[in-house]
Amino acid sequence: MSTTTDARPVGPHETDGGGADAHGAAAHGASSAGYGALVSGASTAALGAAGLVLGLSSIFGGGLHVRIGWLLPLVGIRFDVDPLGGLLIALTGAVAVVVGVYAVGYARHESWSVLTLVMLPTFVAAMLLVPAAGTVTTFLLCWELMAAASLALVLADHRRAAVRSAGIVYAVMTQLGFVAILVALVVLAGAGGADDFATLGTHAGVVSSGTRTAVFLLTVIGFGSKAGLLPLHAWLPRAHPEAPSPVSALMSASMVTMGIYGIIRIDLQILGPGPTWWGLTLMAVGAVSAVFGVLQASVATDLKRLLAYSTTENMGLVTVALGAAALLSASGAATIAAIAITGALVHLVGHAAFKALGFLAAGSVLASTGLRDLDRLGGLARSMPVTTAMFGISALGASGLPLGAGFVGEWLLLQSLIHAPTQGDPMVALAMPLAVGAVALTTGIGIATMVKAFGVGFLARPRSTQAANARETSRGMAVGMGLAAAAATVLALAPGVLGPVVGRVLAVLPAVGGDTAGPHLGAMLRLPGLPGSMSPGLIAVALVLAVVVAVGLGRWDRRRRPAPADVPLWACGADELSPRMQYTATSYAEPLQRVFDDVLRPDTDIEVSHFAESRYLIAKVTYRNRVEDPIERGVYAPVVRAVGAVAERVRRAHNGSVHLYLAYGALGLLVVLLVVR
Amino acid sequence: MNALAAVGAVVQVGGVLAGAPFVVGGMKQVRARLEGRSGGGIGQPWRDLRKQLRKQQLRPTGTTVVFRVAPAVAAGSALLIAAIIPLVTLGSPLDSSADLFGVVGLLFLGTVALTLAGLDTGTAFGGMGSSREITIAALVEPTILLAVFALSLPGHSANLAAIVSAASGDPAQALALGSVLAFVALVIVIVAETGRLPVDNPSTHLELTMIHEAMVLEYSGPRLALVEWASGMRLTVLLGLLANLFLPWGIAGAEPSLLGLLVGTAAIAVKVAVLALALAAVEVFIAKLRLFRVPELLAGSFLLALLAVTASSFLASAR
Repeated sequence: MSTTTDARPVGPHETDGGGADAHGAAAHGASSAGYGALVSGASTAALGAAGLVLGLSSIFGGGLHVRIGWLLPLVGIRFDVDPLGGLLIALTGAVAVVVGVYAVGYARHESWSVLTLVMLPTFVAAMLLVPAAGTVTTFLLCWELMAAASLALVLADHRRAAVRSAGIVYAVMTQLGFVAILVALVVLAGAGGADDFATLGTHAGVVSSGTRTAVFLLTVIGFGSKAGLLPLHAWLPRAHPEAPSPVSALMSASMVTMGIYGIIRIDLQILGPGPTWWGLTLMAVGAVSAVFGVLQASVATDLKRLLAYSTTENMGLVTVALGAAALLSASGAATIAAIAITGALVHLVGHAAFKALGFLAAGSVLASTGLRDLDRLGGLARSMPVTTAMFGISALGASGLPLGAGFVGEWLLLQSLIHAPTQGDPMVALAMPLAVGAVALTTGIGIATMVKAFGVGFLARPRSTQAANARETSRGMAVGMGLAAAAATVLALAPGVLGPVVGRVLAVLPAVGGDTAGPHLGAMLRLPGLPGSMSPGLIAVALVLAVVVAVGLGRWDRRRRPAPADVPLWACGADELSPRMQYTATSYAEPLQRVFDDVLRPDTDIEVSHFAESRYLIAKVTYRNRVEDPIERGVYAPVVRAVGAVAERVRRAHNGSVHLYLAYGALGLLVVLLVVR
Repeated sequence: MNALAAVGAVVQVGGVLAGAPFVVGGMKQVRARLEGRSGGGIGQPWRDLRKQLRKQQLRPTGTTVVFRVAPAVAAGSALLIAAIIPLVTLGSPLDSSADLFGVVGLLFLGTVALTLAGLDTGTAFGGMGSSREITIAALVEPTILLAVFALSLPGHSANLAAIVSAASGDPAQALALGSVLAFVALVIVIVAETGRLPVDNPSTHLELTMIHEAMVLEYSGPRLALVEWASGMRLTVLLGLLANLFLPWGIAGAEPSLLGLLVGTAAIAVKVAVLALALAAVEVFIAKLRLFRVPELLAGSFLLALLAVTASSFLASAR
């Protein structure tokens, strides 16, 4: 992408000395960026491959235990990888392989700075370490490393104001989330009398219920903000679009799942089983996030913003599954709880595959056209067929339809909700239908959202010259996307590959029904002890056969037909169709926006100006429509204003006078001495 | 499952293929007679299909493979649903490979294929129809899944054969409060999903009020034949499913005999015919709703489905 263009009429031949220097530096930078991109991408992919192998080996082999005493004073660093951590490590590793391959081409195209190139593998390394951490201290350290590395990557293109603003929002929210996690884990470690997670898990019984509640609430806030759950999602639709696309893919497919990992590790494994309201809280937060996320996605016109809101939606669904698992195991239905937690894990993996692919495809579009705005895209199916097919696979997964990578997870989630025993608890009998309604609404609007993203962005005719001049993505980037697409397809058609992995992970989660036999994930998905089954692979084969039959029907009597002909579009007799006559992303989502007017609160203005001669003749109609995040406007704005007002008060105390500061210092010292005495 | 069960599944697919145009023709004929016209006879849709299949294949410029494949995907998904669901027999070999959630997903796959084709044309009407169709589909999905939930409670399974056999084991179940509410909710969503009055008017000639028809406006000849055949098959399949979910009389068991298959075929033909004629007769008396009143109707059906689930689960727990 070009930086700011110079307004002075200076041609390339009459540049002054400084300009020539800059030109030389840019040329030099391009060649070194080529090597840098290769090294950065290759090391990211290598780290990812190592993570994948390590994760899988610690799932199937014994756990992995590493202790480095000298690295941190007093407590040291300790890594203990159990199957749950192994799953997250393998997941992050797989995403990093894909992103690493893709990033070689992307970083070269965008001429990334050295800092960005270094930070990409650092970020991956930090994410691989978070689920490996065996102690509270190590976990917090790795968590902060992950946050700092991702912040540096979000700010890669810091010359643009939108990126800086997104960076500030992200920095503030991620640090506030960190504070919540820090306090929660320190309190937990203090009450449990241990630093390492394994001992804490066995000591959880001695922690008082008040402390447990406090830790639960704080961790849901802290980890929920990382997972993009409401109301702490605001950083996600800002930071994901503004970050470079490979980074968005890493953040959306891997980093947000770390928030889910935290909830599973601390709240379900160490503190669990909790009281009923924990499960209900998680389900409520998840359902609201899912519905809100998908509604915002359905009206978003920025392709990457749409994908970011879809991440909030999918993490919401996973949280609903976690909440259902906690609720069901608290009410004694361990078998059903195991279905729910399996659904959560399967959906987490499926989401990582299709969302990484989606962001990478969006990155290819951005690199080729410079556009993220769906209202100006279109017609890419002809100029970028590979990217279009890749985004199609991703969109199919995100819509939760059969043959997509998101279907199996959602199916398991729905099965756990409809099979919940309604006998004991009226709360369960009431919560489950509402949850099914929320999940179903999410899926329905999710389909509309993905049809919009794919149909408006990639089909039809180009809506701008940039989209018309799009060129297919480079081969290296296509290979990266191809790997992700292959993973998504395997997960969609043969979810049985996850069977052994999920079984091992379930075994370390006894608090949510992990000690019972979970659902059987094979060629045929079977529910434990319940008559319910599904076979995505068989459906796919049967559908292909059925489509072939349908094609055959369409060829019936073909010999009597005249030869096929290419004709212009009919369009009800309109001639000279212009691309401006097409539906755009905004107009496509307008009916949905109107239906959900009360939730979305769009800001719409119609201005009609008339001719001076007659007010029956219209000179111009201006239509303006903006959909802002109502939570951002309603919750965040007052908080930011309040903080600003307090800061203004505090500012009066620092007026720059050294004398005053010395007085503060002396006063502070006196107070400390008095207190210590 | 025996060989005759597989024959039963083939009969279902063949019956839906051959019967769908007659269902559409019958509905048109009933309408025509009630409106005082003589009508084209119930074989007219078949004659139209034959005519269209002999026409020249036209490729509108600028359309992609999505436009060309969509009719086949829509028709294929309808055929697959016909093979899965228990219409004639409970023993379809594909029953265990897709439950009611899977069937709903396949139904939506067909819808999505046609909405994408509407967008692919790049015309104003294609986008308009597509946008409206997908909005309605998005609002229909929650109701369908909640109705599935309500129906799966008595049989403790979302697999169709289990639901239908639970219903035939306990016929009084069809009159339970939960079932009645779920039935009404499902009727509304089937009307919306197949584009019948009052949600969409299949015989409209005014583009601005079209939903489904606007989306497929660019299709002609053999592809149009496939689109219309597919929409007829969807209607037939959904009516058959509705009939058997609530009134599974006469359906052959999981291990059907030859006589059972014959009875099952006759029973489902009669049931679908009665439902289709009733639907057509009711359509004569109602007008199309304004587009933005449709969500209110669908919200109503959603509420009914929610009540159905709550009623079923509380009554089940009280029992």
